[in-house]
Amino acid sequence: MSPLALSGTPLASGEAGVPVVPTAVDGVFSLLWLVVALPALGALVLLVGGRRTDRWGHLLGCAMPIGSFLLALVMFVQLLGRDHEDRQVAQTLWTWLDVGDYTVQMGLLFDPLSALFVLLITGVGSLIHIYSVGYMAHDDRRRRFFGYLNLFVTAMLVLVLADDYLAVFLGWEGVGLASYLLIGFWAHKDSAATAANKAFVVNRVGDLGMSLAVMLMVATFGTSSFVGVSAGMPETSEAVATVLGLLLLLAACGKSAQVPLQSWLLDAMEGPTPVSALIHAATMVTAGVYLVVRSNFVYELAPVAQTAVVIVGLVTLLVGAVIGCAKDDIKKALAGSTMSQIGYMMLAAGIGPAGYAFAIFHLLTHGFFKANMFLGAGSVMHATNDDVDMRHYGALRKAAPITFATFAFGYLAIIGFPGFSGFFSKDHIIEAAFGENWVYGVGALLGAGITAFYMTRVMLMTFFGERRWRPDVHPHESPAVMTTPLVVLAAGSLVGGVLILGDWIVEWLEPVVGPEEHHELFVPAIVLTGLIVLTVLAGVAVAWSRYGPSQTIADTAPTRVSAATRAARADLYGDALNEAVFMRPGQKLTAALVYVDDVLIDGTVNALAALVGGTSGTARRLQTGFVRSYALTMLGGALLAIAATLAVTLS
Amino acid sequence: MSFPWLSVIAALPLIGAVALALAPRSRRIAAPLALAVSVLALALGLVAALTQFDPGGGFQLTEQHVWIASLGAYYAMGVDGIGLTLVLLTLVLTPIVILASWHDGDEGRWSTNAFFAWILALEGLAVGVFAATDVFLFYVLFEATLVPIYFLIGGFGGARRNYAAVKFLLFSLLGGLLMLASVVGLYVVAADNGGPTYLLSELSQLPMDETTGRWLFLGFFIAFAVKAPMFPVHTWLPDAAQAATPGTSVLLVSILDKIGTFGMIRFCLGLFPEASQWASPVIIVLAVVSVLYGALLAIGQDDMRRLIAYTSVSHFGFIVLGIFVFTSQGGSGSTLYMFNHGMSTAALFLVTGMLIHRHGSARISDYGGVQRSAPVLAGFFLVAGLSSLSLPGLSPFVSEFLVLAGTFRRSEVAAVAAVLGIVLAALYILLMYKRTMNGPVRDSLPATRDLGTRERLALAPLIAVIVVLGFFPQVLLDVIDPAVGATLDVVGVEQPAPDVMVSEGSLP
Amino acid sequence: MNTEHYLTLSALLFTIGATGVLVRRNAIVVFMSVELMLNATNLAFVSFSRAHGQLDGQVAAFFVMVVAAAEVVVGLAIIVAIFRSRRSASVDDASLLKY
Repeated sequence: MSPLALSGTPLASGEAGVPVVPTAVDGVFSLLWLVVALPALGALVLLVGGRRTDRWGHLLGCAMPIGSFLLALVMFVQLLGRDHEDRQVAQTLWTWLDVGDYTVQMGLLFDPLSALFVLLITGVGSLIHIYSVGYMAHDDRRRRFFGYLNLFVTAMLVLVLADDYLAVFLGWEGVGLASYLLIGFWAHKDSAATAANKAFVVNRVGDLGMSLAVMLMVATFGTSSFVGVSAGMPETSEAVATVLGLLLLLAACGKSAQVPLQSWLLDAMEGPTPVSALIHAATMVTAGVYLVVRSNFVYELAPVAQTAVVIVGLVTLLVGAVIGCAKDDIKKALAGSTMSQIGYMMLAAGIGPAGYAFAIFHLLTHGFFKANMFLGAGSVMHATNDDVDMRHYGALRKAAPITFATFAFGYLAIIGFPGFSGFFSKDHIIEAAFGENWVYGVGALLGAGITAFYMTRVMLMTFFGERRWRPDVHPHESPAVMTTPLVVLAAGSLVGGVLILGDWIVEWLEPVVGPEEHHELFVPAIVLTGLIVLTVLAGVAVAWSRYGPSQTIADTAPTRVSAATRAARADLYGDALNEAVFMRPGQKLTAALVYVDDVLIDGTVNALAALVGGTSGTARRLQTGFVRSYALTMLGGALLAIAATLAVTLS
Repeated sequence: MSFPWLSVIAALPLIGAVALALAPRSRRIAAPLALAVSVLALALGLVAALTQFDPGGGFQLTEQHVWIASLGAYYAMGVDGIGLTLVLLTLVLTPIVILASWHDGDEGRWSTNAFFAWILALEGLAVGVFAATDVFLFYVLFEATLVPIYFLIGGFGGARRNYAAVKFLLFSLLGGLLMLASVVGLYVVAADNGGPTYLLSELSQLPMDETTGRWLFLGFFIAFAVKAPMFPVHTWLPDAAQAATPGTSVLLVSILDKIGTFGMIRFCLGLFPEASQWASPVIIVLAVVSVLYGALLAIGQDDMRRLIAYTSVSHFGFIVLGIFVFTSQGGSGSTLYMFNHGMSTAALFLVTGMLIHRHGSARISDYGGVQRSAPVLAGFFLVAGLSSLSLPGLSPFVSEFLVLAGTFRRSEVAAVAAVLGIVLAALYILLMYKRTMNGPVRDSLPATRDLGTRERLALAPLIAVIVVLGFFPQVLLDVIDPAVGATLDVVGVEQPAPDVMVSEGSLP
Repeated sequence: MNTEHYLTLSALLFTIGATGVLVRRNAIVVFMSVELMLNATNLAFVSFSRAHGQLDGQVAAFFVMVVAAAEVVVGLAIIVAIFRSRRSASVDDASLLKY
C-alpha cells in the first residue's frame, strides 16, 4: 500500500448514519426518468433548434418544468401514502460505466430528501420561468435564455435524483455550466463574462474535492453508489471518513459559496435577475447543503469533518451578513444575505442528526422567501430602468405596491418575524446550535441580529423614505406575468412554516437522515425564542434609526467611513486575498514557465541544432577547391594508413 | 481464407492517394474524391467492427504472411479492443478533416490533389500502424507516417512551416532511431532464442534478461514519448500546430500522436512488463509534470493553435499516467481518453481554424465579442472547449475520471497532483473563450461570418459523438476493457483491492 | 639481379611523381607526375612478378596501363576544355568545386 494509505481501526457500526436501501420503482414512479427528461428535451430543442424556435421557445421552456413539477407532485403524494421504510425508490436507467471492478449505474433515487428538492426545483423553477417570460420580454435572445434555464433545471434534477456520487457529479458540474452560461448571458459586457469565468473556476476548485472524494470511494469501496458507500462506511476507518467528509465539504463550499470559496457569488449577480433568484438563491447554491445532508452516513462517522462543516457555516453566516450590511447594490446585498442563510443551513447540517431536518427546512423556506425577494428586486429594477443602486430608490412602495407587499412578506420571513416561515426554520437552527455548543448558538444569534439590520436597511432604502429616483426614471408596477409568481412565492414565505407542524418534516426525513436527536437546552425553548425575537428587534431598531424615513440617505455612498465598513464593502478582502495568493503568483508562474519553455527547453533543442550546424559550417571549410590540398590530404591519409598497418604488424 | 478486412481498409486510402496523385490536377475533383474514399473506408471499418469483432476475443481480423524470412519479419495484421478503437478514431476523423479542409489545399506549395493524396496516404498508414502485430512492420509504418505529415506541414502550412516541418521530422527521426536500435536488439534476442521473429505474439513469450529488457524498453519508450509528446520532448508540437493547417494539426495531434501512447500500451507494456514496472515511478512523475506543465503553458499562450497544442501536452500526460499506473480503470480510461481526446481536440482545432481563417489572425488578443455576430461558431467553440476541460456529460470526462480514479488506487499523491490539472483546464479554455467570443466587440474586428453548411456538417458529427459517448461510454468501454485486462495480465501487477468489499446487487 | 634495386627505383619515381602532383600547378605537369606514379607502381608490380615467378603482377601492370590510357584520354580532354575556356592550365584556377 502506498504511504498515504488511510488505515486504522474500523469504526463500531453502532454509531453509523442511515444506509440507503431503496426498493425498485413501480407504478407512477417508473416515470421518474421523465421528470429529468422533460426539461432536458426542452433545453435540447431550444438550443439546437436555434432561431426557428424563437416564437414559441419561452412557452416550451415554461411547459417543461411545469410538467416535471406536476409529475413530481403526483409521486410525492404517492410517497406520502407509503410506509416509512418504503419511501426510497430507485430506478436504474442504464450502465454508465463498467470498467474492471468499478461499475456506475445511471440511476435515479426518489426518497423523502430528493422529493422535497425536486418539488422545490421544479416548483420555484416553474414560477421563475413564468416570471422570466415578462422579465426577458425585450431581450432578443429570450429563447436561448429559456434553453439555458431548462438546461439548469435538468442538471439540478440530476444532481438531487442521482443515486451515485459520480452521477451527482454530472449534475454538479452541469449546474455549474448552466450557472456559467446564465451569469454570462449578457456576454457582451466584460464584467458579466469575467464573473461567469470566475464562478466556473472557483466552482472547479470545489469540484476538485468532489472528484477526489469519488476517487477515494472507488479506492475504498470499489463503488461510488449511495447504496454501496453507505453500506461500507461503518467498516472503514475514521481517517477515511474524515478525509471523505472534508473533501465533500470542499465541494459544498464551492457550490454553496461558503468561505473560503465564497468570492464568486457576489460577482454572479451580473446575470439576469431571474437567474440570481433561481440559481444563486433558491436552488443551486443550496446543493452543498444537500450534499452534506445526503452524505450523513459519512459525516456521522467523522466528527472532525462535522466540526469543520459547522465552522464553515458559522464563519460564512457572519461574513455574508457583514457583507450584506455594506452593499448599496440591492442584488449584492441579497447575495450576501444568501451566503449568510446558507451558512445557517451548513451550520445545522454540521450539527448532525439534531440539525439535518432543520437545515433542509430552512433550505425550503429560504428557497421561497429568497426567490421572492430576488424576483422582487428584479421587479424593482424593471421599474427603474435596471438601476441596482438602492441609493437611487426610495419610496417605491406606492409606485409598485404588489412588489412592495410581496417583498415585505419575504422580508418578514427572512428576519424571522413570528409566524412567518423563516421564523420557524431559523429558530430551530439557533436552538439546535445552542444545544450543541453555546459558541455556535451565540454566533447564530448574532447572525440573526445582523440579518434583521441589513434586511431592514434594504427594505427602508428601497420602499420608504424620500424619492431619490433618477430624472428619467418613471417607476411602474410590473406586468401580471411577473407579479403572479411574486404573489405565489410570498404566500409560500408566509405559510412555509407549516412543514414543521407536528414535526412533520423531521419525521418525513427520518428514512434518509435518521431520527432527530434532541439536546437539552440550558433554558426553556420559549425563553430562547424570546431572546431571538429580541435580537431581531434590536437589529430592526438600529436599522430604523439610521435608515428610517426621517433620515436622509446620501445619493452616493459616503467615502469617509470606518475601516470595518470599508472591509465589508470590499467583501472582507476575499478577492484581494485570492488575487494576492493565487492569481498574481499564478500569472508570474505562467509567465516564467513560458519563458522556461521557450528559452530553456526549446532553447536547448535549438542550441543543439545550432551546434551541429556550426560544426558542419566549420568543417566544410576544409573543402578549399585546390586539387593539391586534396592530394596532400590523400597523401596524409595514405601515410596514416601505412603507419597504422605497420604499427599493428610490428607490435 | 477469411476476407482481409484490415489490409483492405488500410489499402483503400493508399490506392485513393495514388489515384489522386495520378488524376488531373483539379480543385473540383480532389476533395470530393478524397471524401468519398475516406467515407468508404469508414463504412468498411464500421462493418468490420460491428460484424466481425468479438470484444472478448483477443486479437482478431488477423492476417499473417511471411515477409522477410531471414529477419523473421511478417506482414501480420490484427486488432484487439485497443487497436480497433484507434483504427476507428482514424477512420472517423479523416472524412471530417477532409470536409473541414475543403479549400485548405488550394494555397500550398503543391497542388490540391497532393494535399488530399497525402491525407489519404496518412490515413492508410495510420490504420496500418494501429493494426500491425509485427514489430518490424510496425516500425516501418511508424516511420513511413512521417513522410505524409512532413509534406503536409511543409507544403501547406503558414509562416515558419519549413522550420516546423524540419523540427518535427528531426524529433521524430531521433525517436525513431532509438526505436530502431531496440528493434535490432529484439532481433538479436529472438535469434538467440531459437530463431528470429518479429511477431508480437511470439516476442512476448521470449525470455529476456532484466538489463536487456530495460534497455530495449527505453528505446521504445523514448520514441513513443517524443511522439506522444511528453515533457520535456514536447517543443516540436506547438511549432508544428502553429504552422500547419487546422486539418493537418488534427491529423497530427488526434491520430499520429496516439501512435505514441498506443505503442506504450502495445509494446512497452506488452513486450517489457518487468521494465515497465521498473520505470513506472519515473514515468508517473513525468506524466504528472506534463499534465501541470502543459496546462500552465497553455494559460500563458496568446496563439490559439499553440494553446491547443499545449493542452494536448497536458492531456497526453493524463493518458500516459493512466497507462503506467497498471489498474484496469487507468488503462481503459487511457485508451478511451485517446479516442475522446482525438475527438475533442479535433473539434477545437477545426473550430479555431475556421475562426482564424475568417480574420487571418490566430492571436487571442486580436479577437473579442465574436459571439455577437457568429453565435453558431461560438456555440461549437464552447462545446469543444468544454469537452477539452472534461465537463461531465461530455465524453472526455469519463476517460479523465477513470484515469484519475485508476491513479488514485495506485498513488494518492499522483492523483491529487494531477487533479489540479482540471482547474487549470477550466482556466485555459474559459480564458480563451472569454477573450475571443465574449466581452465587447473589438472595434478593429470586422463582423464575423457565421459557420456555413459545410463547416457545420464537419463539426456536428464530432460534437454528436462527444455528447453521446459522454452518456454511453460503455459502447467503447465494452470493447476496450477486455483488451486492457489482457495487457495488464501480461504486466502482472496486482490491482489494489478496495479496502471494504461492498456486496453487489443490493439494488433490487 | 636484385629486386631491391628495382623497388628502390620504383619508390624514388613514385616519390618524385607524388611531389610533382603536390607542388606543381600546371595541369599538364601534374598529369605527367600522375603518370610517373602509375609507372612507378607498374615497375614494382613487374619486379614482384619476376621475384615471385608469378604472372599476377604483370597482369596488374597491363591493367594499370589500360586504365592510365583511358585516364589520359579523359583527363587531357578536360584539361584542354578548361584551357580553352580560361586560357590557363593552372590547377589552382579551377577551384570552383568547394564549400
